[in-house]
Amino acid sequence: MTGTIAADHATPLIERHQALGAKLVEFGGWLMPLQYDGILEEHRAVREAAGLFDLSHMGELFVEGPEAGPGLAAALVSDPTALAVGRAHYSMIVAPDGGIIDDLIVYRLAAERFLVVANAANAGVVSDALAERLAGRKAILDDRSLATALVAIQGPRSAGILATRTPIDLSVIRYYGIAEGEVAGIPALVARTGYTGEDGFEIFVDLPAGIRIWDALTEAGQAAGLRPVGLGARDTLRLEAGMPLYGNELDRSTNPFEAGLGRVVRFDKAGDFVGRAALEKVAAAGPTKRLVGLAMRGRGVARHGYPVLAAERRTGVVTSGTVSPTLGLPIAMAYVAPGDAEPGTMLAVDVRERPVAAEVVPLPFYRRAR
Amino acid sequence: MIPSDLRYTKEHEWIRVEGDEATVGITDYAAEQLGDVVFVELPEAGRALEQFASFGVVESVKAVSDLFAPVAGEVVAVNDALTDRPELVNGDPYGEGWMVRVRIADAGQLSELLDAAAYDALTAEG
Repeated sequence: MTGTIAADHATPLIERHQALGAKLVEFGGWLMPLQYDGILEEHRAVREAAGLFDLSHMGELFVEGPEAGPGLAAALVSDPTALAVGRAHYSMIVAPDGGIIDDLIVYRLAAERFLVVANAANAGVVSDALAERLAGRKAILDDRSLATALVAIQGPRSAGILATRTPIDLSVIRYYGIAEGEVAGIPALVARTGYTGEDGFEIFVDLPAGIRIWDALTEAGQAAGLRPVGLGARDTLRLEAGMPLYGNELDRSTNPFEAGLGRVVRFDKAGDFVGRAALEKVAAAGPTKRLVGLAMRGRGVARHGYPVLAAERRTGVVTSGTVSPTLGLPIAMAYVAPGDAEPGTMLAVDVRERPVAAEVVPLPFYRRAR
Repeated sequence: MIPSDLRYTKEHEWIRVEGDEATVGITDYAAEQLGDVVFVELPEAGRALEQFASFGVVESVKAVSDLFAPVAGEVVAVNDALTDRPELVNGDPYGEGWMVRVRIADAGQLSELLDAAAYDALTAEG
């Protein structure tokens, strides 16, 4: 493709992506790789071998100080003070009305030091909200989103590949764990987290070092079938794994209970937090819509925004849909009325004004063998 | 390489005329732009197509795209192989990845289509 795409930021790895012939796309203000050789091939590589992702667009917010933990507990729905050092959890930041501002991963790096990872498109909003909510606390927010490169290696062979380039004992980093050490001789944070439904690692380094991590892992993974993977396959991988995407399943008009993520909200933690009162009401009354998985039973692909029907009546809307590369069938996530959310319920998706049968199925669509 | 013996629409369909019938598909350029094709929705045989009106849909992993008829006519055959093997559209867009065969209603409409040189120029613009 010729022509330039307008974006506020380019990943530090942009030259690598161009050399690999990637199709580029603007995403969350960043010029990022959508795909290299093809979404299906990249998807399969992650399920069967390993994939290398440039995620430098993600937001990295460091919070440090004696009140970093309590400050975050008051700012987010989860309780970061309950995390052991070297552990992480999934979290959300919500508005006072309980609407989701963003979904996050919170890592505890030290007793008084945390890393909050936000979505690219929301990084600025989250950074501003955290600054406001931490005001007056003995905690400093350091937004290093533009100074940090993030490279992920995901798939069953990722640990074997990464182990050849780091002295860190990866076997001691459990799922949702994080360790500091060196990768390819570069100081890095290595987390066993991801967005694919596979085992894998996310490696945070200072921006200029991103390219050296990318090159070192590319070389290390060559014989093992490692492939570069773009945002296109990242989306199909996370959808199969039943993981929500901000802007599709999550937004300001949705609360964590509707998204099926009420377990992330810790009412049992000490003190108030932004959104507590509103979310307690939701928890007591029950949500007015529920996120479900749909497997298409008729011929047609459900897509974002297509109406979901129960008999003739509209019951909800599709938030994400594609043909599952692993299953070979069209799958979707959708919000539907609570009464239509039980697995086994037969619904229909309005595909270009034609109702196509769809069955409510449990999430995730794909679970890796352990 | 754009086959020189075909005619093209600005929407990236090709048409191969054989007597009073013609075969229709999408170009290699279109398939490449779409990415991996995973679903094709085609009309049934017997349906009447209108020139430049949508007659079906081709979907890649990420995108949904309408198919436009290069000429008016009746559908006489549909490529059922695409139901199970939509990837033929990427692998062989001018051959096994064909979409429909139509009986041409008005051969005069063919003059409204692009020749290979004009289509090449169109895609070179990006």
